Amino acid sequence: MIEFHLDGRSGVAPYLQLIHQVRQALRLGLLAEGDQLPKVKDVAAGLAINPNTVLKAYRELEYEGLAAARPGVGTFVTGTLAGASLAAHGPLRHDLQRWLAKARRAGLDDESIEALFVSTFRAAGEEGAA
Amino acid sequence: MTAVIESEGLGKRYRRLWALTECTLSVPAGRVVGLVGPNGAGKTTLLSLASGMLAPTTGTIEVLGGRPGAGPGQLARVGYLAQNAPVYAELSVSDHLKLGARLNPGWDAALAADRMKHLDLDPGRKAGTLSGGQRAQLALTLAVAKRPELLLLDEPVASLDPLARREFLQDLMEAVAEQQVSVVLSSHLISDLERVCDYLIVLVGSRVRVAGPVEELLASHHLLSGPRRDPATLPAGQQVISASHTDVQTTLLVRTAGPVLDPAWTVSGVTMEDLVLAYMSQAGLGRGRRHLEAQR
Repeated sequence: MIEFHLDGRSGVAPYLQLIHQVRQALRLGLLAEGDQLPKVKDVAAGLAINPNTVLKAYRELEYEGLAAARPGVGTFVTGTLAGASLAAHGPLRHDLQRWLAKARRAGLDDESIEALFVSTFRAAGEEGAA
Repeated sequence: MTAVIESEGLGKRYRRLWALTECTLSVPAGRVVGLVGPNGAGKTTLLSLASGMLAPTTGTIEVLGGRPGAGPGQLARVGYLAQNAPVYAELSVSDHLKLGARLNPGWDAALAADRMKHLDLDPGRKAGTLSGGQRAQLALTLAVAKRPELLLLDEPVASLDPLARREFLQDLMEAVAEQQVSVVLSSHLISDLERVCDYLIVLVGSRVRVAGPVEELLASHHLLSGPRRDPATLPAGQQVISASHTDVQTTLLVRTAGPVLDPAWTVSGVTMEDLVLAYMSQAGLGRGRRHLEAQR
C-alpha cells in the first residue's frame, strides 16, 4: 500500500497531486496490477482533505485505465506504467547516483544540479524531435 | 441534487444594524462549504439562522427542505457547533455523552464510544479542565454522533494549535467520508479551507460577494498583468474584482466565463487565497480607479 502526501505550496491541485503519486508509484514498480489503493476514507482522514478530492483522483485513474473500483471493497490497480523497462531501473539508478556524487564533488548545489539536469533533458528532447 | 441551504433575500437586523442583507444562496448537498470573510461580516449570523438559533428579519431560509429549528425532527437533522466549542464546564466527558444520548433520537452510541477511544479522553474528567483541542473534539463528537445530515461549524479550529487543528480536520473529513454528511464551516485559515472545501462562500460587509463550487470559481477567475491601463476599457464579460496599478503596470483579478485573448496581458491562474483576498478587498476597487484617474 502506498501513502499519499500533499504539497500545499506547490500550487498543483490536490487531486492532480494524488494522480501523479499513483502514476509515479506505478512507474517505479511500487504499485503493481491487483494492488489496492488506499481507501478514500483513510486518505481523507490521513491528509485532512475532502473525500471528493480523492474520489475525483480515483475516477480519473479509472478513466485512464489504470485503476478500477470494486464496489464495497475499494479501488485496485489494473494497469501498469513500468512495463519491461523496470528491470533497467536498478543499473540506471546506480549510474545516476554516481553522477550525482560527481556533481557534488564538483561543487554543484541542489538547485544547480536540478537546473543542469532539466536543461540537458530538454535539449536532448529537442534533438530527438528534430 | 437537493439543496442543504436555500435562502432568498435573507436578512437579519440587530436593532439598527444589519448583520446580513439580501443573502440568496443555494448550497448543494454533499459538499464541504467554506464560509469566509472578515470579522463582523455576518458569518456567525448566517450559521445561526441556518441552525434556527436566530429568526430572519427579512427573506426566507430553508435547510434540508425545512424551516430551521422547526420541531425536533428538523433539529435532529442539523448539527451545530457554535464558536469556541462551548461545553458544560462542570459536567464530565461521560456526562456529555449521556446528555447527547438522551437528547438526540438518532444518537449513535457506538460511534461516540469509538471516537472517545480514539481521542483517548478520560470519561471522568470535567469538561472545564480539557484543553482547547480536546474540548473541540468533544463538541465535534456530540455533533457527529447525533448523525446529522448537515453540520454547521462556526470557526471550529480558530483557537486550536496546529496539531489539534489538523487532528480536528482529519476527524471531520473521516466523518464526511463515512457518513456523507454535508458541512458548512467558517474559518479564516484559507490553507485549511483549500484542503477540505469544495464550495466557497465569501461574505463581506453583511453581503455574499461570491459563492460557488471551488473548481468553477478557480477556473473562471484570472490574474492579468500588463502595461498600465484603465480597467474600464476591458471587454464586456470581464468583471474586475480587484485592481492595482503602478506608474507603468496594471494588475487585475477578473472574473470571466470565456478565455482572455488580449495579448497585452500575461494571464495566470488564481489560488483560493487570491480569490478570497480580492473579494475581501473589493471595497478598495473604487479607490484604485480614482487614483488612476488622478494620475493622468
